[in-house]
Amino acid sequence: MVLRLIERTAVLLASLAVSSVLVFAFMAILPGDPARVALGVNASDEAVAELRRQFGLDRPLTTQYFEWLGGLVRGDFGTSYVSKAAIGPQIFDRFQVTLWLVVAGMVVALVVAAPAGTVMAARHRKVSGLALSAVSQLGVAVPAFLAGILLIMVFAVKLGWLPANGWTPPAQDPAMFLKQLVMPALSLGLVQGAVLTRYVRSAVLEVLREDYLRTARAKGLRPFPALWRHGVRNAAVPVVTVLGLQLATLLIGAVVVERVFVIPGLGSLLLDGVSNRDLLLVQDVVMVLVIAVLLVNFLVDLLYVALDPRLRVGSR
Amino acid sequence: MSDVLSVRGLTVTVRDKTLVSDVDLTVGPGERVGLIGESGSGKSLTALSVLGLLPEDVVAAGSVQLTGVDHELIGADERRMSRVRGRHLAMVFQEPMTALNPTMRVGDQIAEAMLIHRTVPGRRAARAAAVELLGRVQLPRETMRAYPHQLSGGQRQRIVLALALANDPALLICDEPTTALDVTVQALVLDLIVKGVVARSSALLFITHDLAVVATVCERVLVMYGGRVVESGPVEEVFTRPRHRYTEGLLAASDLETNERRLTTIPGNVPPAGQFPSGCVFRNRCRHATDVCSTAPSWTGTASTGFACHHPAEVTTHA
Amino acid sequence: MRRLNPSLIAGGVIVGLIVVMALVSFVWTPYDATLVNPAVRLAKPSWEHWFGTDKFGRDVLSQIMVGSRTTLFVGVVAVGVAAVIGVPLGILAAMSRRWAHELIMRTNDLLLAFPALLLAIMFGAVFGASTLTAMIAIGIASVPSFARVIRSGALQVMRTEYVLAARAAGRQPFPIAVRHVLPNVTSLITVQASVSFAIAVLAEAALSFLGYGTPPPTPSWGRMLQESQEFLFSAPRLAIFPGVAIAIAVLGFNLLGDGLRDRFDPKLEDRR
Repeated sequence: MVLRLIERTAVLLASLAVSSVLVFAFMAILPGDPARVALGVNASDEAVAELRRQFGLDRPLTTQYFEWLGGLVRGDFGTSYVSKAAIGPQIFDRFQVTLWLVVAGMVVALVVAAPAGTVMAARHRKVSGLALSAVSQLGVAVPAFLAGILLIMVFAVKLGWLPANGWTPPAQDPAMFLKQLVMPALSLGLVQGAVLTRYVRSAVLEVLREDYLRTARAKGLRPFPALWRHGVRNAAVPVVTVLGLQLATLLIGAVVVERVFVIPGLGSLLLDGVSNRDLLLVQDVVMVLVIAVLLVNFLVDLLYVALDPRLRVGSR
Repeated sequence: MSDVLSVRGLTVTVRDKTLVSDVDLTVGPGERVGLIGESGSGKSLTALSVLGLLPEDVVAAGSVQLTGVDHELIGADERRMSRVRGRHLAMVFQEPMTALNPTMRVGDQIAEAMLIHRTVPGRRAARAAAVELLGRVQLPRETMRAYPHQLSGGQRQRIVLALALANDPALLICDEPTTALDVTVQALVLDLIVKGVVARSSALLFITHDLAVVATVCERVLVMYGGRVVESGPVEEVFTRPRHRYTEGLLAASDLETNERRLTTIPGNVPPAGQFPSGCVFRNRCRHATDVCSTAPSWTGTASTGFACHHPAEVTTHA
Repeated sequence: MRRLNPSLIAGGVIVGLIVVMALVSFVWTPYDATLVNPAVRLAKPSWEHWFGTDKFGRDVLSQIMVGSRTTLFVGVVAVGVAAVIGVPLGILAAMSRRWAHELIMRTNDLLLAFPALLLAIMFGAVFGASTLTAMIAIGIASVPSFARVIRSGALQVMRTEYVLAARAAGRQPFPIAVRHVLPNVTSLITVQASVSFAIAVLAEAALSFLGYGTPPPTPSWGRMLQESQEFLFSAPRLAIFPGVAIAIAVLGFNLLGDGLRDRFDPKLEDRR
């Protein structure tokens, strides 16, 4: 157990280190320098040189990299070349917004997929495979931003039940916050839920064929309690893998969905950064997103161990 | 005294195929009955029919009565069957490696068997009883906290036995309980099964293809072939003076008592399910078969001792 | 005899229709897709304009037709980039020693943390938004999944007796890779190409929607969707047409991938 934790942590740290190099190198070795990019083509050479000096861009790349990395570790994301504002607090604020979206989307996906997949597995002779793949294929084919637009058409335009877009912090107005959260969460979650349903179904089908479920029935448990007590945890292992991958998808999906619903999250920050040619901001946001994806993978790995005692090294 | 288990005219079908036909079977109080036959003979399906745990599209018909249960088991709904399973009727399966939930501690799995039927007052009592049951199958108290993957096949099968016996069932069904185990631990598990049922005065229905095991464990034996009971009687009687030609072949092939090195095999193979010949199901592999065998042989003898064969072996006394 | 399965037929038909539509658009469209005509701004569907017109009076059907070219073009180049890098990488990983194999696959896993969209936005930030940067970014982002799939297929081939025989006979790794491994993973490449194509179509649409894909005036389904957003209340049909087009295209390539997978190996059905 401890061994595995150490191993996974080492892999996480190595991945973080390598990806930070990749992100930095990508932004650093670009044609043209960030100061020139920030100031525009018409800026004077003196102004560019001044900006380079101001932000330490005239120093060797390795120094710049370690400075940046050291800052990241301390939670200091540096200062924007364009707005001259500290980047850290912006990322922190925006990340909370995106986190709400991702979590709400995940909840929607699970609420859809867990019961639907289980029922479909339990009645797999009655639900035709074709109907099922039609639903999940449709889920994959409709990207989150398209789902968002369709939802707006129905719930905001046609029915007028929900605001078409916007964002209110939960502390400010909880009711409005929830109203505005519904559609982004659905557009992120329904699509993923359709995909997840398929995995839940096959995981539950697999478990239903297991001998230990027959043992549970032979003990006197009725079909559903047997599945609940002995199946859920075993079926969760493969589902968690997919869930981890989907969290990453949701995080990226949120970037686009924020555009659809005009939500000030990490995605909007990233896109604003790109249009303002604020390269350090872009670099930081990309790094934060990559860190989030890697952390999710790490947590999924740990969750396996919690779910499946066979993976606990040293317990044998 | 009335029988613990009474099966009448059990027929198991899957779609248009008949897998078990017209099986009669009784087990008396405390009696240990063996059910033998090659794979595909329908013995496991018979057991699963009694338990009501047949695979989805497999259907059983006929009658199954169990002592202490006031309703017919065939066709009983899940609610009523779940009260019978694990309480009046328990089963040990063939494959101990997969029969236990890999994500639940062994102790909880045993305790659960009692908590489901509320045969103990509470969680603590259930755990105490589970420790006691573990002791009975010669496993230390620490096993309570183990996960199945930490145990050997023999240990796991003892766990399965412990949870099967947890509620002192009237009947224990064992389906090839030692087949998947190392030879060295087979004897121990068999011994624990016999001790377990004797201590509780439970009846035992023991399914196996291993004649030697039947000889040590059981008092009476039924021989199945092609989904039918072809011969039955006291172990001593059937194994020394087989009447059905299939039983005779089976005994010759397993060579229980002679020291001859040359093993006789039954010619041909067991046909796939649903493709047994009409009339006597064994006639396409039987050296004694004649035209009359195309009609189904009737049962000769009493309900508990007899055979179904047109050309039975002569009753000879072994030298 | 391998039977044709419904996924393969449905996917094939959809993809075929899109290809035909793209080809036809080279020689004929109802109107010039980029022709601005203020006289017929936001026209409803009619005999003159089957799908209506957009805010500049451009014919929506013509734009959808020409947009399919963009979609296919981006898909072909992105999948090409992914295959050209991913396939050799996967085979190399399968044939390498343990540590090299680990290194390649670990790096590969790491790259999975950079989704296509994120990579494309980074590319857009650095090189400016264009169809080319989008294609290359999407292609590079699809490399890891290609390499992963091909590796597992190549590993199986490496265990077969004819490869063992070839190795025993002293054949060099490169000839083995070209003569034995590559031909035996072509079915996997086809399936993965189809699946990646669907992802590329999605990514292009998302990028164009965000304004980092195909720049105007070249018609693109994603940008049509983005331009439609301000008319969601007044002319929702402007969002419906490109939206449906995107969904059908993705559906077609996914179905094609599924169908091909089942056809090549029926055992793999439902294994995802």
